[in-house]
Amino acid sequence: MSPLWFDIAHLFAAGVLVLSLMLLYQDRITAVINVFALQAVVLSLSVGWQSIVQGAPHLLATAFIALIAKGIIIPTALHRIVRKLDVHREVERVVSGGLTMLAGLALVALSILLVQPVVETADPVAREDFAFALAVVLLGLLLMITRRNAVTQVVGFMSLENGLILAATGARGMPLVVEVSVAFSVLIAFIVFGVFVFRIRERFDTVDVNVLERFRGERREHL
Amino acid sequence: MPEVAIGLWCIAGFLGTGVLAVVLGGRAIATPLVYGTTLVIALAALLLALDVLLGGRPATATVLPIGLPGLGAHFRLDSLSAFFMLVVNFGAAASSLYAIGYGRHEHAPMRVLPFFGPFLAGMNLVLLAADGFSFLLSWEFMSLASWTLVVSHHQVAANIRAGFTYLAMASFGTLCLLLALGLLAAAGGEFTFERMRTATVSESVAATATLLALIGAGSKAGLVPLHVWLPLAHPAAPSHVSALLSGVMTKVGIYGFIRIVFDVVGDFSPWAGLVVVVAGGATAALGVLYAVMQRDLKRLLAYSTVENIGIVFIGLGLALAFRANGQGPAAALALTAALFHVFNHSVFKSLLFFGAGAVLSATGERDMEKLGGLVHRMPQTAVVFLIGCMSIAALPPLNGFVSEWMTFQAILLSPQLPQWGLKFAVPAVGAMLALAAALAGACFVKAFGVVFLSRPRSSAAATAVEVDGFSLTAMLLLAWVCVLAGTLPGFVIDALSPVARELTWSALPAQAGLPWLSIVPIAESRSSYNGLVIFFFLVVSGVMTAVVVHRLASRSTRTSPIWDCGYPLDSPVTQYTSSSFAMPIRRVFGTVLFAVHETVDMPRPGEMRAARFRMRVRDPAWRFLYGPLVRWIMRSAQRLNRLQFLTIRRYLALVFAALIVLMLVVAIWR
Amino acid sequence: MALTVELALQLLQIGMVVAIAPLIMGITRKVRARLLRRRGPPLVQPYLDLWKLMHKEVVVAPNASWVYRRAPYVVFAATWVAAGLVPTYATGLLFSWSADLIAVIALLGTARFALALAGMDVGTAFGGLGSSREMMIASLAEPAMLLISFAVALIAGTTQLSAIAALFSTGDVGVRVSLGLALLALIVVGIAENARIPIDNPATHLELTMVHEAMILEYSGRHLAMIEAAAQLKLVLYFSLVACLFAPFGMAVGGDQSALALGIGIVTFLGKLAVFAVLLPIAETTVAKMRVFRYPAFVGSAFAAAALAVFLRFVSRGF
Repeated sequence: MSPLWFDIAHLFAAGVLVLSLMLLYQDRITAVINVFALQAVVLSLSVGWQSIVQGAPHLLATAFIALIAKGIIIPTALHRIVRKLDVHREVERVVSGGLTMLAGLALVALSILLVQPVVETADPVAREDFAFALAVVLLGLLLMITRRNAVTQVVGFMSLENGLILAATGARGMPLVVEVSVAFSVLIAFIVFGVFVFRIRERFDTVDVNVLERFRGERREHL
Repeated sequence: MPEVAIGLWCIAGFLGTGVLAVVLGGRAIATPLVYGTTLVIALAALLLALDVLLGGRPATATVLPIGLPGLGAHFRLDSLSAFFMLVVNFGAAASSLYAIGYGRHEHAPMRVLPFFGPFLAGMNLVLLAADGFSFLLSWEFMSLASWTLVVSHHQVAANIRAGFTYLAMASFGTLCLLLALGLLAAAGGEFTFERMRTATVSESVAATATLLALIGAGSKAGLVPLHVWLPLAHPAAPSHVSALLSGVMTKVGIYGFIRIVFDVVGDFSPWAGLVVVVAGGATAALGVLYAVMQRDLKRLLAYSTVENIGIVFIGLGLALAFRANGQGPAAALALTAALFHVFNHSVFKSLLFFGAGAVLSATGERDMEKLGGLVHRMPQTAVVFLIGCMSIAALPPLNGFVSEWMTFQAILLSPQLPQWGLKFAVPAVGAMLALAAALAGACFVKAFGVVFLSRPRSSAAATAVEVDGFSLTAMLLLAWVCVLAGTLPGFVIDALSPVARELTWSALPAQAGLPWLSIVPIAESRSSYNGLVIFFFLVVSGVMTAVVVHRLASRSTRTSPIWDCGYPLDSPVTQYTSSSFAMPIRRVFGTVLFAVHETVDMPRPGEMRAARFRMRVRDPAWRFLYGPLVRWIMRSAQRLNRLQFLTIRRYLALVFAALIVLMLVVAIWR
Repeated sequence: MALTVELALQLLQIGMVVAIAPLIMGITRKVRARLLRRRGPPLVQPYLDLWKLMHKEVVVAPNASWVYRRAPYVVFAATWVAAGLVPTYATGLLFSWSADLIAVIALLGTARFALALAGMDVGTAFGGLGSSREMMIASLAEPAMLLISFAVALIAGTTQLSAIAALFSTGDVGVRVSLGLALLALIVVGIAENARIPIDNPATHLELTMVHEAMILEYSGRHLAMIEAAAQLKLVLYFSLVACLFAPFGMAVGGDQSALALGIGIVTFLGKLAVFAVLLPIAETTVAKMRVFRYPAFVGSAFAAAALAVFLRFVSRGF
């Protein structure tokens, strides 16, 4: 593969990762959704580029699904939910912003560190994609842990799934049917989440998931 | 006479000054005479060290028939010892010179004078000791001698507490060193470093010994979290001793680490380097954060020592990692950077403590909230203190920058390490070092700005007078060394090359012959720096601009009251103080790390009471490590206390039970 | 003879940065004014301002010390030396080896140190406020800046600005996310260090929002002129740093000292500066000034981006 082709693949894959970190940095809910949409677009570009590089046309379908479902449908729906719920306020964080960013950086370093020596012999693109994908998954989890807002947690989950897709493209030869079913299950999950969010809101008059814990009696005293 | 014998004579001379002080008693002549004698001896030892280091003389060794019967005490003077002797005796000479003037302000000189010489002797003895027994003995002697100086102002309760903490930590440190040397001696079967060096040890023993040496020597040097005694003990002593404790004795701790780990243990695994690098990075970042938040000038300086020790350990850890991978030139660069910083820190930290002592003797205050405006009252002290502040804040063209620059260069060589973990960890530590460098700038803007600039915050500060000539000479000397080492770093690097060659079997290319006297640690295409040219450019452009502006434009000046955006308030309490200066940094970095809690109690309009500001800063080391430890010890002690109130029958039963248990142990494990 | 030419070329660079600095500031002010639908001052206004200030009488508070009087010259000299050592139109000039990227950053630190001390000298509330905030911002921006230099130096294998520019101008390094992130971080740091919106507003004297202006509040006459000139030089320095690290095209590289190469170098350098001077106010007018305690998150993002740039360097195709 010529260096330029590699560089462009590298650019897109790393773009997905950088956007994951930006998700962590954002503290307004609308901005979180926008960054998420952008991540989906960059992801579909990355997958599309891989399909050209690898000569695997079925990846184009994956890219297309990602673009439509995650780049357009889900963000639009999320924006509607946010508007309906009237939660344009700032996202509360459990841990302070600086610490979250440092933790995110450490996770990126950790995933590169883990993947790099293991697949040192593998194709450089696959190696890099694996590292980035792992980081994106971990950052998605971190986002879900550090935020209280149910909508942001949904975004965290979806971005985690972006990481999975990135890994799958790097791996070469993930069948389309798996791809489609994953996309489908994510959509289902999204619908479930959506209903769930509205239910929380109806029941507790907020989308702060900590309220749920109090309801279960798990909440510790000092929180 | 071999060099090591001259060194031992110097040590004997230092011990003799202790006797001299006792003989002279409380007479007025005692102070100048004792400090004058230590000055002469320190200069002699300094010349000896310079001769060994620059003359490239081979190591000399000797055995004295003292110490353990049949073994004798081994002493050796090689280039590593010589370099540290240079640092120690340069600090000692400056401190003695300073004390000839400063010592007159001492209320009870007999609590300081008899111990000053022995303290210097102890430090030199550690550097010359070449077997485990005499090393530990000298180490303990040095600790005890310095402890007597820490508690010399024993009327203050806080000093007694500082002394106790110091003693506890020093004993703990020595215990760790004892165990480390014990492990190494067991492998060689002998106590001499010579034998230990050649003996082969298993990797686990080497790792344990390294860790123990890091803890033991690190507790003397002030590695976080073993630093807790340092900011208590260093300020408690008289200022010229504080300078020695902070600027010099911590370096003896570093020497201990280098001697045991680099020299005696030798290479075993690059991961040892990682541990040291990370400990150094954490120490640097935390130390300077503590320092920024202090309001006591001497305590601020003590915490900044912690930071600088961290920088040195980063260099040492890198050198370990590079050396274990067989990358000699890189190891030499890292080690040279660390040793250069050792030298630099000993110079500017002594200078700053002398300045703090001058402020203390002129105003009686260490609390920065009550100082200010001293640049008018103590102009010469202000100049030299400013040079010290700029050096320690790592600003070009002074010396602190050169050693930090070299440390950065060593960090940038980290990609050539084969271990992936190190490749990632070292730049992360580099980020911590960068943070420490930037915060050190803030810290010393605060120190100089609050103490010497602005308007006096108390009558003591408003009526201060300049200190005596001896103290000023000592400070001026150190300031010159800061400037010279910053502008001509090549000569210092060349002087360090025998040490680097001894420990890493490789050295930086000779710098003195390079064009324009710049320094090029690896290759010119990689990095180079020229303090002299920068200094020259700064002076020329600054002076030229000033002259041009004064000649061609305006040179008239009018004095008029402070403007302050139209709200000039006469009271000096409207100024920024030390606490308010540090507030933004405290809020950004301290809220999570130090659990900073600030409360402002502001009376409503019409209320007559004063407004109050309360601040609480918690040291994480006390909170998470020492606090629980102390509580646990106290609880156990309470429980054991019951043993004092038993009947005689029960005591007998205890003794009987102990006997039976021992017999059982012998019976089972025989 | 050769030495004379080399010396002349170096002095040309040192002279050029100081000569064009007010003009660059003038462009940013003009563009900003036009964007706000004002006419704005003429492009040469900063020169006239400096001229005017230099000829005015200096008003000094009675308790100002020598630190206060010397600091403007130190600030100016340190900034000037730093700006004169960043490669602008050619690499490998006579003194290019005397300070690398780290030393340039540290020289700016020297200037900042002097200015912060000067702010505290007279002992006013505003001066202390400015110095305190300036050092807080610096304590975040300087580590970020050093991490940027790590990222660049780890890719180029050197901290020497000339060598980096020469390497990057060949295009061999390719498209790298590391470099993109480093550029992003450098822009954020540059905004913070040059006291631009959203960190600081150079045009305000509203006490709650100013940092840099609060420090220099007491200054007047030639002292103020020196500080203003230093601020303009610092902007040029950051522009030429961006140009040298991330857009080194057009520079005369590899000791090529023909008149043509040098001419192209100078023209492209001036062009790059003009473009940056137009882009900066456009970016500034789209954002609002931040609250003081939002700075850490903003400057911290530069730190994070630079750290990420360092980490990602290890997955890019290695050298």
